Amino acid sequence: MGSSMHDTLAAAAAAAPGWLAPARDAARQAWAETPLPTRKTEQWKYTSIAPLEQDFGPGRPEDLDPATVDALLPDIGALRLVFVNGHFAPALSSSELPEGLELVRFAEADDGQAARIREHLGSALPEAGHPFATLNGAALGDGVFLAVAPGASIHEPLQLAWLTAGDGQAFTVTPRLLLLAGENSCLSVVEHFADAGDGAPSFSNAVTELLLAPGATVNHYRLNLEQGRALHIGGVHARLDRDATLNGFCLGLGADLKRLDLVVTLAGPGAHAELDGIYLPRGDEHVDYHTCLEHAVPHCTSTETFRGVIGDRARAVFNGRIHIHPQAQKTRAELSNKNLLTSAEAEVNSKPELEIYADDVQCAHGATVAQLDALSLHYLRSRGVSREEAQVMLSFGFVNEVLESARLEPLRDALRPLLARRFARDPSLMRHLA
Amino acid sequence: MLTIDNLHARVEGKDILKGLSLSVGAGEVHAIMGPNGSGKSTLGHILAGRPGYEVTAGSVAYAGEDLLAMDTEERARAGVFLAFQYPVEIPGVSNMEFLKASVDAVREHRGEEPLDAVTFMKKAREACKVASLDQAFLKRGVNEGFSGGEKKRNELLQMLLLEPRLGILDETDSGLDIDALQVVAEGVNSLRGAERSFILVTHYQRLLNYIQPDKVHVLAGGRIVRSGDASLALHLEDKGYAWLEDEVA
Repeated sequence: MGSSMHDTLAAAAAAAPGWLAPARDAARQAWAETPLPTRKTEQWKYTSIAPLEQDFGPGRPEDLDPATVDALLPDIGALRLVFVNGHFAPALSSSELPEGLELVRFAEADDGQAARIREHLGSALPEAGHPFATLNGAALGDGVFLAVAPGASIHEPLQLAWLTAGDGQAFTVTPRLLLLAGENSCLSVVEHFADAGDGAPSFSNAVTELLLAPGATVNHYRLNLEQGRALHIGGVHARLDRDATLNGFCLGLGADLKRLDLVVTLAGPGAHAELDGIYLPRGDEHVDYHTCLEHAVPHCTSTETFRGVIGDRARAVFNGRIHIHPQAQKTRAELSNKNLLTSAEAEVNSKPELEIYADDVQCAHGATVAQLDALSLHYLRSRGVSREEAQVMLSFGFVNEVLESARLEPLRDALRPLLARRFARDPSLMRHLA
Repeated sequence: MLTIDNLHARVEGKDILKGLSLSVGAGEVHAIMGPNGSGKSTLGHILAGRPGYEVTAGSVAYAGEDLLAMDTEERARAGVFLAFQYPVEIPGVSNMEFLKASVDAVREHRGEEPLDAVTFMKKAREACKVASLDQAFLKRGVNEGFSGGEKKRNELLQMLLLEPRLGILDETDSGLDIDALQVVAEGVNSLRGAERSFILVTHYQRLLNYIQPDKVHVLAGGRIVRSGDASLALHLEDKGYAWLEDEVA
């Protein structure tokens, strides 16, 4: 990162509300003392942060016309909240909220709200710290605080769009979401990252914290659709209390640099986490998912299914850690990671990482790397389907199986053509899908 | 329709077909029977162009064209249909998407417009009725989690929609109960016509109680060792295949 990072941090500080200052100053102190990861850092072995070595200025407000935004964001019948380059865009956002859902921007929080945000902000982050979560705290200017009232079941999903739109200058944005799901509440939230810009370099350093009270259910979708020079390093940190359920779904296209850390702590008995994901780098793109399930207490369950299709010269990394603490008896944890390489130069590094300190647990894991199945290809061709279309259908089917587990039907419908388009160089090859 | 001349073929370095000759006229139904390992399924795979099945000698002419020079999808578009003994599961792609892609490809080859979604859906539903397959199967992944019998009926469904000129059924009857067998037989019989031929590859005579063949051939040791009319199948049912060993030797 270039020297202008200091200017950027200063600019963010100027925009931020005063009550954030103590936390931000502490994060800046920590950031100053945090060594940047290198390829020798185990957690960053396969992902180079070299693309960050340039000067990123602060993100500036940018007027996007609604048609541009509609093209980027599928209509999934959701409430919409749009940020452009880190700045809230009220004209592009829904103004009314359903009963039971409270939404506060950090920049507009009153004293009571600020106190609640301060109480919870950072509480889902790992104690050992994460360098880019620290940077997020240091650069924090605005953020979104969402609170679902106890017992409230919000039917309309919330679409939170973090868009970038550059004008030639490299810039950085610092998205932050803090979600508090009250006891026995239910909410679906779609975090949608996309680039509407001219291909100018941008760096989104995003942190999401999900705090689930006992019995709460959160369906969290995280779509990372930035490509090329729209770089992204992001973390989703969830903490589940007793009998809470998190259904997580991720979709990542590749970019020059894309790294996601998903850390779920099962902190109350009976909590359940389901984590599904799809990654689709191609060209010279890179995508890295590091997931971690912290089974901290007994009687929790987790299932995790990630699949990737890696094309051309692209590289993918999947690291799936399951950490079962000594007291976490009767844990059931499953992890599956399957990869399809559609080119001889494509590469994936897949690593399940199990640390089990309890003895009465069921833990299953599997990772595979394969090419398109010759017999499946033959079967489709034996029905008249061209080789090219058959290849698209098989790649699509491989990841569509994971998409089918996503609970939000309008979102599934919106993402299917996006997946198909990823594999079809010629639109006619996807005409029978989606 | 189909003329196979002195066909030799090899799979994984092993010679399986050793001089097979067969001629199937338009509108005819031929049954090919034989013991396990005689090369019955290999013949079907060769005709459909399956990778790994290498033709080392001989020729196959289909409707006047060199079938072996055609790609798998070209054969299908030209009207060759193999009902697989072990249909392949393709999760994540719906049966409907798969069927529409197939039918469109074949229609395009014939110079016909693709069917609109409503018309296609109607045809697919009708075919489901004939194949005795619940319409819910159209929405499921291709063969995904289907029972053995459901997979065979799904093959029949595809054949009904694609209306091939040459249908090859590779042991479609094996593993079917009597009801399912009758469904498959009725499906084939409904497609029979002056311009459409069938090759029924089977181990058992049972299927031929429901589909009357014009000719029956016995395949053993990679060659056709005996040909006759439907009564040959009954003879095989009665005597088994043991008597063949002398003929092959």
